[in-house]
Amino acid sequence: MSIRGKAYIAGVYEHPLREATGKTVPQLHAEVAKGALEDAGLTKDDIDAYYCAGDVPGLGPLNQAEYMGLNVAQFDSTEVGGSSYVAHVNHAAQAIAMGHCKVALITLAGRPRADAKENYRTRPGGGPPADYAFEAPFRPVVTNMYGMAAMRHMHEYGTTSEQLAWVKVAASHHAQYNEHAMLRNVVTVEDVVNSPMISDPLHRLDCCVMSDGGGAVIVVAPEIAAQLKRLVVKVLGAGEAIKHLNGGKVDLTYSGARWSGPKAFEEAGVTPADIKYASIYDSFTITVVETLEDLGFCAKGEGGKFVADGNLISGVGKLPFNTDGGGLCNNHPTDRGGITKVIEAVRQLRGEAHPKVQVANCDIALAHGTGGLLGSRMGSATLIMGGADA
Amino acid sequence: MSELNGMNRPSKVRAPRVNDETKGFWDATGEGKLLVKHCNSCGENHFYPRTFCPFCFSDDTEYLETAGRGTIYTYSVMRRTKEPWAIAYVTLDEGPTMMTNLIDCDFDKLEIGQPVKVAFIDTGEGTAVPFFAPA
Repeated sequence: MSIRGKAYIAGVYEHPLREATGKTVPQLHAEVAKGALEDAGLTKDDIDAYYCAGDVPGLGPLNQAEYMGLNVAQFDSTEVGGSSYVAHVNHAAQAIAMGHCKVALITLAGRPRADAKENYRTRPGGGPPADYAFEAPFRPVVTNMYGMAAMRHMHEYGTTSEQLAWVKVAASHHAQYNEHAMLRNVVTVEDVVNSPMISDPLHRLDCCVMSDGGGAVIVVAPEIAAQLKRLVVKVLGAGEAIKHLNGGKVDLTYSGARWSGPKAFEEAGVTPADIKYASIYDSFTITVVETLEDLGFCAKGEGGKFVADGNLISGVGKLPFNTDGGGLCNNHPTDRGGITKVIEAVRQLRGEAHPKVQVANCDIALAHGTGGLLGSRMGSATLIMGGADA
Repeated sequence: MSELNGMNRPSKVRAPRVNDETKGFWDATGEGKLLVKHCNSCGENHFYPRTFCPFCFSDDTEYLETAGRGTIYTYSVMRRTKEPWAIAYVTLDEGPTMMTNLIDCDFDKLEIGQPVKVAFIDTGEGTAVPFFAPA
């Protein structure tokens, strides 16, 4: 397998300005994108992958994808200075060769000269993203941005605080066996709904912990895996997506998992019914409920009922989740716990989770990461793994 | 609602950082007008305002003055602070949904679907920030 002959460069555009006074950085990125699309004879809606580096304002590709109204299945914000964009061509070609996307957009743009003249506060990324001035005055912090998603989900589907609480209850049942977990006390639904309100309708115990720490993962080729004594886990499929405010057509009742999940299941050749264990990003209880729906473990709007009554508790319910205690009880290193989701799924597939929470015959597992904010723009990534024989 | 006037109203609002792409929007706020962007190519309205239509990628877009009225799409009151505030998304009558704060209201009586109207708070620098209050 190589990229040789598997991908083609179909359109290019070089911005004519050398001093971009009167234009913003997101606008310049959109201008070069439009130019390259016109050169290729393609339209914005043909784009299914976006690659950018640190010159894009905001969190990786999230804010610029929103500015341009992109719905992409593949993205990469590898930042290695001026070499980034050449690496992006390679990464895009690899993704195309693998069939993960068909039309990849790569952009670079900025205005350091205009910034200097206009006395803008310059920094890598060309200042704040375009959305900033329209959101910052209203003090969006993490909790209220998830609170707004929960509030709307409750309104549309009748989801209750008690149902959300079950997510935390399940996590706490698992955390009691994890000697490293920050919160090891088993809690009840009453404990959760009686904990102090942080941002309506999320209580303190609906929120994940803040912790230090971290994690690492090593991915190897089959021939290396074959030489290793350690039990390996097979990567079966993956999907990724960016979800944003879509120009004001806002819907906070679903996450990017709606798009990343089906791609991962299709590539893995399995369905939600095949998943024996799921690591679901649990920044808040609502994150889990929306994600489970979007991944297809239950119908949209049924997530509250699905998680209730211990259905996520290992050995009790149908879908054991976050058996390390998750972000809600174990850890959330540097406010971004995605890697711990992969790590606990690997433990389950190796049969090395704590005996009290180890899922019997765990042959297929899923890990899902959510980054950014459920209440505005987010990256979503789904990974499906199996045992070495899967 | 007169007895609620001034309730939950921030005493000070920092001036937004205006750029060449959003100057039209912020200039209008100084005159008490709330604008969205309209696309002459596909006919869609969008928010936040940008040069390019996020739906069809045309750059043939222009400002459209709204009536400043809408309904609460969702909200969340931050309680873990001395002075709680209510962040919200409001769906304007003209279509787009925008982030805001709800002011001049009883936080315990807010409801999704409730009609609201824009309530600008002056920044003292020729612009105003579009908050919303019950209509």
